[in-house]
Amino acid sequence: MSFQPVKFYQTGTLTVGNRLLAQDERSVQANQMRSNSINSGHRACQGCGEALGARYAIDAAMAESNGQLIAANATGCLEVFSTPYPESSWQLPWIHSLFGNAPAVATGIAAAMKVKGRNDVRVVAQGGDGGTTDIGFGCLSGMFERNDDVLYICYDNQGYMNTGVQRSSATPPAARTATTMPVGPEPGNVFGQGKNVPEIAMAHNIPYVATATVADLRDLEYKVRKAMQMRGARYIQIFVPCPLGWGAASHDTIRLARLAKETGMFPVFEAEHGEVTSVLKIRNKVAVEEYLKPQKRFAHLFGKHAHPETVARLQAIADRNIRKYKLLPEGEN
Amino acid sequence: MQKPFAITLKPGTSLTNHTGTWRTARPVYLDRLPPCNNACPAGENIQGWLFHAESGEYEKAWRVLVENNPLPAVMGRVCYHPCEGACNRGQLDSSVGINSVERFLGDEAIKRGWKFAAPAASSGKKVLVVGAGPSGLSAAYHLARLGHKVEIQEAGPLAGGMMRFGIPKYRLPREVLDAEVQRILDLGVTLKFGTKVANIEQSMKDGGFDAAFLAVGAHIGKRTFIPAGDATKIVDAVSVLRSMEGEDKPMLGRRVVVYGGGNTAIDVARTAKRLGASEAIIVYRRTRDKMPAHDFEVEEALQEGVMVKWLSTIKQAGEGNITIEKMALDEKGYPQPTGEFETLEADSVVLALGQDVDLSLLEGVSGLEIKDGTVQVSPNMMTGHPGIFAGGDMVPSERTVTVAVGHGKKAARNIDAWLRGATQEVPPKHELAEFDKLNTWYYSDADKTVRPMLDIIRRQTSFDEVQGGLNESTALFEARRCLSCGNCFECDNCYGVCPDNAVIKLGPGKRFEFKYDYCKGCGLCVAECPCGAIKMVAEDI
Ligand SMILES: Cc1cc2nc3c(=O)[nH]c(=O)nc-3n(C[C@H](O)[C@H](O)[C@H](O)COP(=O)(O)OP(=O)(O)OC[C@H]3O[C@@H](n4cnc5c(N)ncnc54)[C@H](O)[C@@H]3O)c2cc1C
Ligand SMILES: Cc1ncc(C[n+]2csc(CCOP(=O)(O)OP(=O)(O)O)c2C)c(N)n1
Ligand code: SF4
Ligand SMILES: [Mg+2]
Repeated sequence: MSFQPVKFYQTGTLTVGNRLLAQDERSVQANQMRSNSINSGHRACQGCGEALGARYAIDAAMAESNGQLIAANATGCLEVFSTPYPESSWQLPWIHSLFGNAPAVATGIAAAMKVKGRNDVRVVAQGGDGGTTDIGFGCLSGMFERNDDVLYICYDNQGYMNTGVQRSSATPPAARTATTMPVGPEPGNVFGQGKNVPEIAMAHNIPYVATATVADLRDLEYKVRKAMQMRGARYIQIFVPCPLGWGAASHDTIRLARLAKETGMFPVFEAEHGEVTSVLKIRNKVAVEEYLKPQKRFAHLFGKHAHPETVARLQAIADRNIRKYKLLPEGEN
Repeated sequence: MQKPFAITLKPGTSLTNHTGTWRTARPVYLDRLPPCNNACPAGENIQGWLFHAESGEYEKAWRVLVENNPLPAVMGRVCYHPCEGACNRGQLDSSVGINSVERFLGDEAIKRGWKFAAPAASSGKKVLVVGAGPSGLSAAYHLARLGHKVEIQEAGPLAGGMMRFGIPKYRLPREVLDAEVQRILDLGVTLKFGTKVANIEQSMKDGGFDAAFLAVGAHIGKRTFIPAGDATKIVDAVSVLRSMEGEDKPMLGRRVVVYGGGNTAIDVARTAKRLGASEAIIVYRRTRDKMPAHDFEVEEALQEGVMVKWLSTIKQAGEGNITIEKMALDEKGYPQPTGEFETLEADSVVLALGQDVDLSLLEGVSGLEIKDGTVQVSPNMMTGHPGIFAGGDMVPSERTVTVAVGHGKKAARNIDAWLRGATQEVPPKHELAEFDKLNTWYYSDADKTVRPMLDIIRRQTSFDEVQGGLNESTALFEARRCLSCGNCFECDNCYGVCPDNAVIKLGPGKRFEFKYDYCKGCGLCVAECPCGAIKMVAEDI
């Protein structure tokens, strides 16, 4: 069963809270007593999607585990902006080691808890897309293959943002980064490369794989909580726009995440044991331009020396996602 | 620092880092003026009462409503709801059915016997209200609540003015009107029937009144010269409608021609139909889109079998028939005669050409300014004569129940100030909550609830109410379609979307506060606030 949105009551479950909903239908984020796992004072940029996504996800995991949670964190923005010595924004046991080994560290913590008989203590590992889809990938695949009792959360901002916006295997085609072709007939990232880690995770047949965005809080919380109710290796990739790296306005973070989903650029779904069990449907389908235009990393596709054929190729990617995951409402696919 | 093994940093220590210093603009909460409220001639706080209706707190909703308008059950039937025309939801799917929710609340109040809160302590002042129409009743209500002793002097035998002697029963059942009038009288307002004020200064002196509010309406049917034989019955619409309230129903015959294109013309034609006329024909000199009557009323009349001769004037009335001339619109949209004639059978002709004000009670009063047959008033509703205020149909403005009620309220507040030797302070209006201030993504998709209509046969043969009301569940649904434009409805979006955890949720009914020590000024809360209740303000740097 996928997340069941409440359709009415003015805003239903579209907003963070809703005074008209019964208490048990409300979100973790609406709660005055939410754990605020990553507290104020962190040094993320204005409008950081990753800081937001991390609070959404870890607060939900804290709620589901009654606060008995340990996090292992890969190097990346999330680690750097939250824990500049001697400060930390985290309000849970939190361990940092390296850029590439967060899944392995989490596996170790889970093993230690098992040895100690602490069934109640749960483990999450988290990192950026670079730490997950590139350098940490070997450890991650091992964690999946062994079905270690860890929820791994990848905050996907489509690049190595912490070190200055380099390309990762999650960077979309045509997007400009510091390490992709800056000029020429086809600037930006190449087409046809990159890694779809949610699908690779599914290929490991692990109990749970899901994608989510910071624009759909209720869906995100539902997925984290559901993952926390399971044991074994679980993977959630959360789409977190990066105002700095994408050249977008800080107030557009959630809008861009919403557009990524509404265009079909980022399919939002969940899968159990390798099979897709539900998708978050597109509510008002829009063309990819609406998503691309507010981002300077795609600015070369528009304007004087526009690349409409590149935009069309991106649209084709979105359309393929829509077909493949049946993202349109029932009867429209 | 002494810490346990392998622990290097204390939780939450980032609080020492005040990221608020990064900010170049700060978010601030504000209440913007919803377009419905802005459009309401009675100055109702529509968004405010819908807010309570949304949570099913109908009595609270009704109490907020009657702060401004004591006649919700009447309004929910006869108001032309300019609020709905301005409603932002109209740009999304269709406007909120404000009028139908208002009626639901009004009916609920009657059913449950809700009473107004007791008036403020007595001021010792006496105010005379002339006329028990909507304007006079509204003024009396507000004056009484402000602690003044109020006496209404009414020429006729019953209260309501044009709400009783104009608007037909099938649109406003009299039990509803009676109930809402009685509730006002229960505040201690004195109402004297059969008391026509002939000379206002005299009446004020006789009764020892400190101020007066005049609301005598416009009751003299306008005439036009139609050459006619003795046999043709020519009557005016207001008298026809008035006689509907008496023992002897008007005798209009089987073929009734109504002359005019306003709401009164429509009402009288629909009334004629119900009285048994086989034909009720409206003759109007311009086209449907130019008609002053509201289109929905024209539509309802057509459904009931009323016919309309567009672009026609009456030239002559003969024996059992009339002659009409076809008109054509010129470039400026004015009707011009064509010289083409047609004869219609008619037992009577009803003139519905508008009404004039009977100003005889003002004769000899100094300082007044009369223009186009109406009394001029200042923005505080006072005539040129100190202490004499006026409103409703007798002053220049749109002639509707809602405007009349609004005038009554405004006059009452100004009379209150004037009696205290002060002038009423009106706080400046909040900035408007335009559609582009909203983030409509967050609202559920929901189509407007349609009100039930009486079946057509009963509409043609009886004076039963045509339009039905909402029930508890449809009213709740409709209220919840409100977008709460410009006013926080505690959806928690700001509290949720802040990446810096810089919003404090204060708890139910208390809204939110910013932690400016940590707010970096990203503007996400503003962008994601559904109703436009936050704005960014530049910091002085
Ligand atoms: C047929 C018809 C249908 C209408 N339908 C609608 C509608 O659906 N919606 C809407 O909003 N508006 C409607 N209107 C307009 C609306 O009824 C009037 O604008 C409104 O009633 C004006 O209110 P008022 O208080 O100024 O005057 P009135 O309602 O006319 O009341 C004036 C009162 O003063 C009394 N009076 C007059 N002279 C004296 C005197 N010298 N001494 C003492 N008492 C006196 C009269 O007897 C009367 O009771 C309609 C009007 C007509 C004629
Ligand atoms: C082995 C190793 N190589 C390189 C780095 C430098 N480094 C730190 S963070 C980072 C990029 C992080 O990117 P990502 O994982 O996507 O997280 P983001 O900052 O985008 O959130 C790099 C290259 C490192 N810390 N360790
Ligand atoms: S949506 Fe609600 S607040 Fe906005 S204009 Fe309509 S009724 Fe008024
Ligand atoms: Mg990254």
